Amino acid sequence: MRVRLAFCLSLIFPFAAATRAQVTAERLLNAGKEPQNWLMYSGDYTGRRHSTLHEIDAANAGKLVPKWAYQTMAAGKFETTPLVVDGILYGTGQDDRAFALDARTGRPIWQYQRGLPGDIRPCCGRVNRGLAILGDKVFMGTLDSHVIALDTKTGNVLWDISAVDYTKGYSFTLAPLVIKNLVLVGVSGGEYGIRGFIDAYDANTGEKKWRFYTIPAPGEPGNESWEGQSWKIGGSPAWITGTYDAETNTTFWTTGNPSPSNRGEGRAGDNLYSNSLLALDPDTGKLKWHFQFTQHDEHDYDATQVPVMVDDNGKKLILQANRNGFFYVIDRTNGKLIRADSYAKVSWAKEKDANGRPVPAQEGLPTLEGNKVCPGAAGATNWMSPTYDPQTKLFYVTAREQCDVFSTAPQPYDAGHAYYGSAYFPNDDAAPFYGALRALDPDTGKIKWEWKHPSPTWSGVLSTAGGLVFTGDAEGNFIALDASSGKALWHFQCGASIYSSPMTYAIAGKQYVAVAAGSSLFTFGLP
Amino acid sequence: MNIRLRLFFVFDFAVMILVCLVTASFGAAQTKNPYAGDAKVAKLGEFEFRANCAFCHGLGARGGGRGPDLTRTPKKHGDSDADIFNTINNGVPGTAMPPNGATQQGVGMTEEELWQVVTYIRSVEKKASTVSGDANHGRELYYGSAGCGTCHMFKGKGGRLGPDLTGAGTARSTEYLTESLRKPSRRLAQGIIEAMKEFTEEYETVNVVTNDGTKYQGTLLNEDSFTIQFMDMREKVHSFDKASLKSLQKSRESLMPAYDEKVLPEKDLQDVLAFLIGGRQGGVK
Repeated sequence: MRVRLAFCLSLIFPFAAATRAQVTAERLLNAGKEPQNWLMYSGDYTGRRHSTLHEIDAANAGKLVPKWAYQTMAAGKFETTPLVVDGILYGTGQDDRAFALDARTGRPIWQYQRGLPGDIRPCCGRVNRGLAILGDKVFMGTLDSHVIALDTKTGNVLWDISAVDYTKGYSFTLAPLVIKNLVLVGVSGGEYGIRGFIDAYDANTGEKKWRFYTIPAPGEPGNESWEGQSWKIGGSPAWITGTYDAETNTTFWTTGNPSPSNRGEGRAGDNLYSNSLLALDPDTGKLKWHFQFTQHDEHDYDATQVPVMVDDNGKKLILQANRNGFFYVIDRTNGKLIRADSYAKVSWAKEKDANGRPVPAQEGLPTLEGNKVCPGAAGATNWMSPTYDPQTKLFYVTAREQCDVFSTAPQPYDAGHAYYGSAYFPNDDAAPFYGALRALDPDTGKIKWEWKHPSPTWSGVLSTAGGLVFTGDAEGNFIALDASSGKALWHFQCGASIYSSPMTYAIAGKQYVAVAAGSSLFTFGLP
Repeated sequence: MNIRLRLFFVFDFAVMILVCLVTASFGAAQTKNPYAGDAKVAKLGEFEFRANCAFCHGLGARGGGRGPDLTRTPKKHGDSDADIFNTINNGVPGTAMPPNGATQQGVGMTEEELWQVVTYIRSVEKKASTVSGDANHGRELYYGSAGCGTCHMFKGKGGRLGPDLTGAGTARSTEYLTESLRKPSRRLAQGIIEAMKEFTEEYETVNVVTNDGTKYQGTLLNEDSFTIQFMDMREKVHSFDKASLKSLQKSRESLMPAYDEKVLPEKDLQDVLAFLIGGRQGGVK
């Protein structure tokens, strides 16, 4: 079978086959130098989700046509960003599916589906956002909180380890991040009163190399930011893929809400390191510094947005448009805040502290009868990826203009049971909610342009050297816009709301753009 | 995590089936509420209700934009404590009411918590219907001088420009229905729900002028960034590329006239409400 497959592939890709090689740690470091491939969740270690491919550009984008679609035939949100390596596309689907496709035709090479137990605890859908790759293995975090390695050629399971007891509310939904010989994953479960962590596993064996708990234990700095024993069930998951700065050997991860998400009573304090940016040593998992975006959060404002690395005039920055409605520019050498500006309607914070960091306002807290707060429970943005385009020097983010009424109620902790301490309601007095793709200028924090969506969307954004940004909307359109002006140049109706972040790749010089929507992965290219 | 999405399993039918299988095992619960009338338990039930039910049924169980007013009796899907328990546990097929656990993936409310919620719902029920009108006269008004039937169907009879009101008496509180009549633009009715889409369309008013100068007015059926679909006053369905139109105006001012006291005196309002709600209670055939 394998021989026949290899033979077929050599007919299809006479050139690719000759150049196919293992994905080394070195190749991952230089991912930007092989733009025909997409070697990790955000394209490369910077998290910019930007490609230097430019065959498709502002002049010809209007001619884009569908090339193929692959259907998982599964219900629920299809959140994957696939990888492409030398002509083969590797993706994940709902219910912990994984697949390898011929990236030119969409024809499956292998398919994997995990036999998930019936009592898993994915708070927000049976979703997975993608794979990581190293050598002849792709890596996946699963909803029953395992980390597994699959053979790139067959999909066979090479190793499978249980990271933690899923019945306590833990799961994995993110695409892992490979650094050197380690597979890094962060856990989901902020709705269940977990104690969050980031793990690193040996890529060859699955052996656990380190664990960084996102909530410090007694005796560790930061534990004093939790009342009593609340640190044990304080949430702080880390469910979005991090980034990596090889120059300083630092990996940047972000964390989610403290538990219970909408009730601060019983967990007095800042609740470190919830809703934070963490700078970790990838070899040891040791914390270098942290920056907390939202202290003592009661609105579920996870900071789980990809921390994007940008170098600007000698300044080494992390850019993050946070779920709490502020666009943060942070010095990534020391975690110092440079600026924070709102990019969407904000009412939870009225003031900034001496360092310019927005601080929660008393009148924005949830109450028993409900209190209208902006952004709403889903945030001003969420996990969908932003992009940074080094040509326009703009940061593009999916913004959600939506306020909600937050109410609160006591809820006892019960292991593995949902632990929100809350309810929230759409705010029906307001003008209709809407979404927007916003182009932000990191120098000023100002919005350069926006493309308004009819309703809030969960689509991420891709930028390319063709002067384009690609995004999707809740109405099912996949859209190409001019990166400088925000003018829509092309769109395609996918037939279902888009809950994923697009990517791009090339085969024999022909550029493709891919996005997941409904139960289908679509690819587009020039005729 | 993305907390809002825990509600969207409503649309995730595969999940619903799985959860049905998981929850079926304790679907055959006891038939008597062990906490009936216990005010302390009702308070616990209120907290559970807030976390699990209030998103659709509203604070105080008075109904929201999505779910029925639960302070009313009798309940559509069975009015005994056991019936209510089963409705919560098993959901209502064909509606947005998911089975217990669908929002929490196999770890829904325990049997004890379900009884707490049942006890809470009982504690907030109004013992008598607040609508005292004459349903038969309401029917005459609906299809006659009040003109409701011109735009609204009720059990297969009526117009199409506005939402079908067959289920409105069940799904909406009396206050909501009253407001919809008195101030129809205050909250527009919800339109199409797409399987994966987070927000429903609403019955907005559309005014269009095509490139050849033809003018249309109607209610919105659907739209995206590039196209719009609407029904005009003659119930004709149109679809246009937005870019092809000379002008397009959408308004949250409903096409429905406001039925103030002059147009529909309080007594007649009560009669129309009795007709709409009576459809639920079986009082009007």
